[in-house]
Order: sequence, then C-alpha cells, then structure tokens
Amino acid sequence: MGRYLIRRLLVSVVSLIAISMVVFGILAVAPGDPLAGFATNPNVPPELRQRIRASMGIDDPIPVQYARWASSYVRGDWMVSYTAKIPVRDYVMGRIPVTLMITGSAFLVSILVAVPIGVISAIKQYSLFDQVATTFAFLGFSLPTFFSGILMILLFSVTLNWFDFVYDSQVTGFWGNFKQSVMPIAVLGLAGAAQLTRFVRASMLEIISQDFVRTARAKGLRELVVVRGHAMRNAMIPVVTILALQIPELFGGAIITEQIFRVPGIGRALIDGIYSKDVPVVMAITFGIAVLVVVFNVVADILYAVLDPRIRLG
Amino acid sequence: MTQRVDIAPAAGSAGSALDGRLTAPVDAEAPRADGSTGTVPGVDFRFREQRSLWGNAWRQFRRHKLAMFGLVVFIAMLLATFVGTPLYPQEIDTIDFSVSGGSLTWQHPFGTDSLGRDMLARILWGGRISLAVGIIAALVAILVGTTVGAIAGFFGGAADTLLMRLTDLFISLPQIPLLLVVSFLYRDAFFGIFQQRFGSGVLGVFVLIVLVIGLLSWMPTARLVRASFLSTREKEFIEAARSIGTSRLSQMFKHILPNVVSPIIVAATLGIGAAIITESALSFLGLGFPSDVPTWGSMLYEAKDRFSIAPHEAVFPGLMIFLTVLAINYIGDGLRDALDPRKSQ
Repeated sequence: MGRYLIRRLLVSVVSLIAISMVVFGILAVAPGDPLAGFATNPNVPPELRQRIRASMGIDDPIPVQYARWASSYVRGDWMVSYTAKIPVRDYVMGRIPVTLMITGSAFLVSILVAVPIGVISAIKQYSLFDQVATTFAFLGFSLPTFFSGILMILLFSVTLNWFDFVYDSQVTGFWGNFKQSVMPIAVLGLAGAAQLTRFVRASMLEIISQDFVRTARAKGLRELVVVRGHAMRNAMIPVVTILALQIPELFGGAIITEQIFRVPGIGRALIDGIYSKDVPVVMAITFGIAVLVVVFNVVADILYAVLDPRIRLG
Repeated sequence: MTQRVDIAPAAGSAGSALDGRLTAPVDAEAPRADGSTGTVPGVDFRFREQRSLWGNAWRQFRRHKLAMFGLVVFIAMLLATFVGTPLYPQEIDTIDFSVSGGSLTWQHPFGTDSLGRDMLARILWGGRISLAVGIIAALVAILVGTTVGAIAGFFGGAADTLLMRLTDLFISLPQIPLLLVVSFLYRDAFFGIFQQRFGSGVLGVFVLIVLVIGLLSWMPTARLVRASFLSTREKEFIEAARSIGTSRLSQMFKHILPNVVSPIIVAATLGIGAAIITESALSFLGLGFPSDVPTWGSMLYEAKDRFSIAPHEAVFPGLMIFLTVLAINYIGDGLRDALDPRKSQ
C-alpha cells in the first residue's frame, strides 16, 4: 500500500505538470496576446508598452515563460489580478467559501435523495415506485442545469415570488442566506442526484441477486438486516468511489449554476476573468479545478482499496 | 455437426410469433455429412426469415417503447429543423418592435423576442446548428476515440502505454474551464480566418466548437475500444486470420472492429446528447456562437434578463434542448439493450 501510494502520488505530480503545460500553452499561443495583459491596452504609449512587455518577459520563448510562471506558482505567488488589482490568492480565496457552501450542500442533497431512492428502487424492482423513480432519474439526467435553473426561477421567483433569484452577498442571517441559496443548491443537488440514483440502483441490483444475500434471507434474517447489513454494505463501495469522482464535477457544474443565480463564487470569478482577459485569475481557477480532479482520482482509488478488502493495490 | 430445425415452435413464443414464419437457427439447406440435403419434407424453407445482426437489433429495439418514442421525436426534430426551416414563412431577423416580447399568436406561434423577431423561426434555424454541432462533435469524438483505442489495443507495448498516458492526461484536464477559455480566446481568430478563406465566419466558430467538444470527449470511447480490442485479438478467429496472412489493417478493421462496434454505437448516440448540452452551455454563458447567430443556448442567453416580462423566450429553446437530449438518451438506452447479445434471444 505504501509503495503504491508513493507511485500514485508521483504519477499525479507528473500529470499536474503536464496539465499546467497544456493550460499555459493554450494561453501562450492564443491570438491577441492574452498573457500580455494591460500591455495590449491601446491607451498605453508604445515605449511604456515595450517596457511592460520586457519586464513581464512576454517576448521570451514560451518554455522560459512557463518555467518562470510555474516556479512562482509553486512558491505561492499567484500574481496580481488585472481587474481586481489585488493578489489572485486573496481574490480566489475570498470567493471559495460561498462556492464551497453551495457545492457542499448540493453534494449532501444529492446523497440524501439518491441513496434511499436508489436502494428502494432496487429492492422493489419493477414496482410502481421503481418505475416512477427511474423515470424521474432519466428525466433529470437529460435536463441540463441551465434549463432547470431557469425553470426554478420562473416558478419560484417570477410566479410564486418566494425567493429572489439574484444572490446578494450583503445578506446576513441564516434565513436570508437560506432563501437565496435554496435554488442554486437544489439545481446542482438534483442534477447530481439523478445521476447518482441510477448508479446506486444498478449497484444494489447487482449485489442483491448474489448468493450470499439469498443465504442471509434463507437463514431467516429480517429483511431490514439483509438490506442494510448485507446488501447495502457491499453495494455502497462503488458508490463511495463515484462520489469522490463527482466532487470535481460539482465544481465544474457550479460554474454554470453560479452564472444563472449570480452567486459570487469561483465559477463566476472564472467567467468574469475570461471576459476581462484576467489571465492570472483564469489560470489559478482552471489549475485549481485540475488539482481537484487529480487529487480526487487518487482519493477514489484509495477509498476503494480501504473499503473493499478484496482489492489489493500494488 | 448437428442441425436443429425448429419445425413447430411452441405456440406464442416470442421469436416465432412475430409474423408466423418458421425460423431456422442454422442453414437448413446445407448438405449434411451423409450427402442428403437438410430439407424436411412438407416444410418449405425458402420462405424462412433471414435474420441478420441488424435485423435482430431492430426487432429488439422496436420493443423498447420509450426508445421508439425517442427515435420518432429525434427524426421529427431533424425534419423540422432541416426541412421545415425553408418552408416556414417567417424570417429569423425581421425586427418588429411593435410585437417586442410578444406572446403566442397565430402569426407567431412561439411568440417573439425582445426585438420582435419570430421565435419559432429562430428555434428552427438554431436547431439546425445545435443538432449539427451535437452530431458532428460526437462523430469527431468517436473517430478519435476509436482510432486511439484500436491502435493501443491492437499493437500493445509502447504504443499502448503512450496512448493510454495521453488518454489519462486528457481525462484529468479541467474540461469546463478549458472549453470556456479556448472558445473565448480562439473564437475571433477562427471567425476571421474562415471569413477570409470561405466567406463565412460562423463556419469557423462552428468548426472551433465542434473540435473543442470532440477533442475533450473522446477518452471514454478510447478506453472502451482498447479493452474490446485487447480481448478480441486473442480469439481463435483472429489467430486464423493471421495464419492465412491477413494484413494488420485488415485484421483491425475487417475482423476485430465489427465485433466491438455495438458499444461504440451506443457511446456515439449518448455523445450527441452530451455535445448538444455542452454547446448550449457554452452559448448560454455567451462564449459560444456570436449573438446574431441563433442557437438554442444563445437564445437562452438572450432571454435570461427578461424572465419576468417574457418567460416564453426562455421556455421554448430550453424545452427543445431538453426534449432532444431526452429523446437521444432514450435511443441510446434502447440501442444498449438491442445490441447486447446477452439480452436478445
């Protein structure tokens, strides 16, 4: 296990370096010199522009630029945002709490909805409950978040006037925050739940037809004990792995959700950054999501081995 | 060799009851070892039904009601957008402020947008783009994924290691941010180049979006195809093909590929739906097609500040995306069942 872990971490570091090269390369060769930032501003006089370009090292070869960027990134210097004029680190860190609150709650919602429904659906396969649940899961799976978000706004904000759909970071107090976070959390959480329900049901169906479950029933155990103690314990192993892999996806989905409800989180910072060509911000967030993807891939593998003693890592 | 001929199948059994014809699992007229033909007196086998792989799949697919519903909806969408657009009398860019944000009338069945342009005309026109992006991006992904997976699985060794590392790298790329960044940064350049070369800048944006979506979604197909190639290339019939000197290309494409084609078809179908969602998300964020080109996603983008005044501007394009993706997912579901040999009788 220890040797496996070390090898796995080394591979992760290598792939992160490769990803950062790809992301940096895309920005470096892009037309319109996005890396040059405000040096491209036409109001800057030409000689000053030359000085800025020289001081930023824009005209150096791309590998040299990459090396300089990577070393400062590793040292924790993420440069200064072109638009917010504050260090990118502070800017991004300030945006993280609200995103974490929304994605974290959505994650919980999706588990709380999907696990019971998926399990009951599998136990009572082909029942009315199962048919309704699988149909809804299929509908939810095909419903993009940008449309479900709009439908929620039309229903709860425009028609019923229950919630305001523009997120206001000045709002304090639990009730106010609850009211303005409910819709983004529901959109993101239900989208995740639709996917997860299908997965839980499939995993549970596979386990429930196995011999040891029949044995457990045959020796007269109560159904609840069979389902909870025998079937679920095994069926949840792949589910936990999938959950670990879903976390980075949630952050990706948050980009769209934050845009619909105007939540000032990192997803919104990314979109604003792209529009204003604020390269340091875009780099930091894009790379941050890449780190999440790589880290949670390792976490998923380790969880799998920890939960299932039949799996030997090596 | 034994020959089994179902002369009198059990009444009501699913396979034979379809149209009352006799079915024969093996060629009943092939000569037997003793030289006689396999014909059974009194039964005319010339009219037995030919059952091909695709015939079986179609028979299976037809039983899946929701998949058939999906197929009908999807074909209707294609017909409406590609054939219906020229037939529909309203223009997509006739501005008429007197009906700005107007709701549903006989003249404008889906209402009008903020500039008084006819919504149905824009939805039909935009549907062409959304559907074309979905289909072509899925084709790009399948083409790249199949090629990479086939080479890795067939040749193994260093090629396999290299290509699978590449696949791993692409899987760990932060997909959504990259998609947004690339289409924002390169959009104008593609527009300009295509405007100059082919006289159509929108075509450039189309090519860019199709390429970006396709190149960020081929990886699952590559893994799937590689795994199928790895297991198939060890089978006896491939060994037989190799032993009579079949070239490698012919082994790959004539002998192995037909055996792994079913999962590829399912992946391609589901890929169309995913690509339509991705393109709509891009356009919804204002990072897809330019705003004067209607697509279902960009219509949502334009509608998003006018929810309270004109909800129909958001509901119709959104419904079209949802219905199309739902139809495609049901088709994919049906195909998965129909092409799975373990499920067909």
